[in-house]
Amino acid sequence: MRAAIFTGTLCLALLGAASLPRHVSIELPPSSVSFKDGPNVSLVQANCLVCHNADYVYNQANMTRAQWTAEVNKMRGAYKANIADDDVPKIVDYLMSQRGKT
Amino acid sequence: MQNGRRPVVAYPQKRPLIVQSSRPPILETPFDVFDSGELTPNDAFYVRWHEAGIPTSVDAASYRLNVHGLVQKPLSLTLAQLQSEFEPVEIVAVNQCSGNSRGLFDPRVPGGEWANGGMGNARWKGARLKDILAKSGIAAGAKQISYHGLDHAVLPATPSFRKALDIDFAADNPDIIVAYEMNGSALPLLNGFPARLVVPGWFATYWVKMLADIEVIDHVDDNFWMATAYRIPDTPNNSVTPVQTGYKTLPISRMRVRSFITSVANGEFVSGLAPADPHYPLRVSAHIRGIAFDGGSGIRTVEFSSDGGKTWSPANLAPDLGKYSFRRWTASWTTRAGSGTHTLACRATANSGDAQTTFTVWNPGGYLKNNIETYQVSV
Repeated sequence: MRAAIFTGTLCLALLGAASLPRHVSIELPPSSVSFKDGPNVSLVQANCLVCHNADYVYNQANMTRAQWTAEVNKMRGAYKANIADDDVPKIVDYLMSQRGKT
Repeated sequence: MQNGRRPVVAYPQKRPLIVQSSRPPILETPFDVFDSGELTPNDAFYVRWHEAGIPTSVDAASYRLNVHGLVQKPLSLTLAQLQSEFEPVEIVAVNQCSGNSRGLFDPRVPGGEWANGGMGNARWKGARLKDILAKSGIAAGAKQISYHGLDHAVLPATPSFRKALDIDFAADNPDIIVAYEMNGSALPLLNGFPARLVVPGWFATYWVKMLADIEVIDHVDDNFWMATAYRIPDTPNNSVTPVQTGYKTLPISRMRVRSFITSVANGEFVSGLAPADPHYPLRVSAHIRGIAFDGGSGIRTVEFSSDGGKTWSPANLAPDLGKYSFRRWTASWTTRAGSGTHTLACRATANSGDAQTTFTVWNPGGYLKNNIETYQVSV
């Protein structure tokens, strides 16, 4: 696992009562987890990785087709992901292949 | 826990933490950290962001906290003003994710799959929200404050994270602060540098990080993060069955009383056993340590059981750091060396009278778990 690089410039300039850093910059470490090969994996990569990484999917419990469909529809309805109607069952096929419960 | 592989990675300003999501960052505190003291070190404090558009570079000099809407005088406060123009106050308070322990729900529910490490306790220092609102002057007709941080969603159409509090609570409660220090240092960026709202006793969803904007509004905020997300069933014990539908919901708010053993984990051998009685060489004792907290009334008692909850004895409470803080406790446990597996348990009662029971909450959001914890341990 690659360690993160802390690039913060912690200049301890006085800001009023206490000394707080003036500027903090960080670099988020890359994820070591990617979507494994499976049905429609490129569709999953194109849609899901816009807002979150693959590890969030793999850290979920195994779910039924109905539950995964509800999750994909939540991403569309609540979070406004641009997922075409026809792509929903295809994405669910992939999720079932990775974290499906029958 | 049956929730997949969870690598430990050191993020900037952080020691290695359990990664549930790398983007947006959702990092869990390994539970043994809570055995080291009441206060959770900043570099071990859990992290939870909702949307991937978090600033990775924050300039304190250009930071402003804007207060506007139904006010007599809009404010645009610098960090220096927050520090110098308002009386600084300190408060020790538990910050717990609404979904802490969600990964332990049965049946499982989707979301951030925390074990019990989606929480931490810190000494927060900052300006009282009520003082800031008083300086701005609440105008007639104010109903709530609606507020957000510097983070934003990736897609413009995604509802950006914002939360709301009733104006009476926000403008009267002296314990709600805009905190610019955490355990005597600046907040780590991932915990909300340069300032976050601290709402002691309430779940962390209200503790908005990188707090940048407070709008006083004349209605109940109906944005997604109040009206749809972070809601609990308005049912007895805020519990439902997995097939139940048609019930009313309400926004999550105050935390429930909880207690944990921190000195030994479920499934572990108890370490530090010492001879308990020179006349009975097989009798050994161990100091069991733990923490307890509630939603702001403070802890009245903690009890310890070494027989799976059949009998209970009072634990010793450590000095009190305040009613919103973790309260440390210890109990001495005597048993027979080599006697195998035992079921330890702890239960807390708050000053409010609320007490932990064996009842296990279930709701589809994975919120409010606070049943008596049990630990299978071996000697």
